[in-house]
Amino acid sequence: MQVVADEKQVGELVAALADKVREAMAASSEPWAIVGVRSRGDVIAQRLAETLKPRYTGSVDIALYRDDLSEIGPQPTVRITEIDFPMDEVNVLLVDDVVMTGRSTRAALQVLMDFGRPRCIRFAVLVDRGGRELPIAPDFVGLTMTPEADQTVEVHVRPTDDADEIVVFERQPSRSTQPTEADA
Amino acid sequence: MSAPAKVKDGPEYAWPHPHVIGLETLSADDIRHILRTARGFADVSTRSVKKVPALRGKVVVNLFFEPSTRTKSSFYLAASRLSADVLDFSSGSSSLSKGETVVDTAKNIEAMGVDVIVVRHKESGVPKMLAEAVDCAVVNAGDGAHEHPTQGLLDLYTIAQRTGRTDTFDLSGLTVAIVGDIQHSRVARSNIYGLQKLGAKVLLVGPPTLLPGTFESFGCEVHHTFDPVLERVDVVNMLRVQFERITSQAFPSVREYASVYGLTTQRMKRMKKDVVVMHPGPINRGLEIESAVADGPNSAILQQVTNGLAVRMAVLYLVHGAKHAE
Repeated sequence: MQVVADEKQVGELVAALADKVREAMAASSEPWAIVGVRSRGDVIAQRLAETLKPRYTGSVDIALYRDDLSEIGPQPTVRITEIDFPMDEVNVLLVDDVVMTGRSTRAALQVLMDFGRPRCIRFAVLVDRGGRELPIAPDFVGLTMTPEADQTVEVHVRPTDDADEIVVFERQPSRSTQPTEADA
Repeated sequence: MSAPAKVKDGPEYAWPHPHVIGLETLSADDIRHILRTARGFADVSTRSVKKVPALRGKVVVNLFFEPSTRTKSSFYLAASRLSADVLDFSSGSSSLSKGETVVDTAKNIEAMGVDVIVVRHKESGVPKMLAEAVDCAVVNAGDGAHEHPTQGLLDLYTIAQRTGRTDTFDLSGLTVAIVGDIQHSRVARSNIYGLQKLGAKVLLVGPPTLLPGTFESFGCEVHHTFDPVLERVDVVNMLRVQFERITSQAFPSVREYASVYGLTTQRMKRMKKDVVVMHPGPINRGLEIESAVADGPNSAILQQVTNGLAVRMAVLYLVHGAKHAE
């Protein structure tokens, strides 16, 4: 396992990401909502919200919206989706930790649309590692990486994990029953 | 935004059961996993689009050999909200009540390509028999006086919700009284198993004819009068007097039953201020529960119905996944 960014560098990447988003948020007079994808995108979203102070915050769980539910064996754990604001007519900043295939992003977009009709959705991600299988492109990226196809990139954040870091490791040959976020 | 919940049943826990026949055969971890999953489903009914695509393209069959409106509707809606197709196969006819035929019926329906069978039958043990006979997942929606697991689960969920325990679903320290016709009640049995596994203390209250002493073997306190336990209980679950199942004269008169076991406003005054009042429905107003209590602030009866949807969505979702993983 190789550490690409430590706690300090993760903090800098989040701060830089916040700066990129701030400009876009200021350009719209409509209220913003910052919504993270569980279970690590929501932590990044929370940190962005602390500095950007949007009108609303929330989190989405995509377990029920995955396109591979029948293929992955035991059902993934369903967590709570928290959207406590009217989705209609707000600008949404969707936040995730890593984007790879784009499939979890597609699922998250569908969750958001099931709550209403936002004015627009922008997508911010801490790490874009490439490997897209769907036409999904983040609007704001903290770090762009080009790892090998058999490598997994993970963002670890407190309190979900024990430390703040970005790591790269060789993927296990056998597919686990609970795929990592990057697989989704 | 609240801090993300710590995942206590992380990747190492995988729901293992392709069938849910009763709470007796589930572990405390299994039960808590269903309830946590239900918590994730609870908000679906509040969305603009009240559907998630989790069981898209799957078929759920309601196979009801006994009349039911609310449980059947609840399963129907739960399956619909998971985007499954629902086939309703209900029959009250006696020709379908023999064991052999039930299996044949189920196999015929299975041959149409269904994924989950939800079954209710007046005989105990039919869901278990079906689970052994068919290849698809089976969920018990009530069998005889045996179990009604989804009702038990929604009762557990409601108790956790009313007592602020949905983060752990640990019911330790709570005293729950189940009052009424225990003998004929599958709801009582599922509640006893579930409550004890999650740590609650269970008191059973009812006339000796409807609550035989054998229930002490469940590890419950057995009481034949209601008044002495009123001050002690945190939750009271009032069972319906099931006239259709009581064959002999179980109690002298309806009025006497109401005066000894009914939940009246007088009795409420002696109970804890925040006691949770539950009833599996349909209620006999004025018999086991007074209208003012059923509609009062302590009543969780309608909350039970709402939670029933989330719990049934969770069960359908989980059994289907476990079946597929086999």
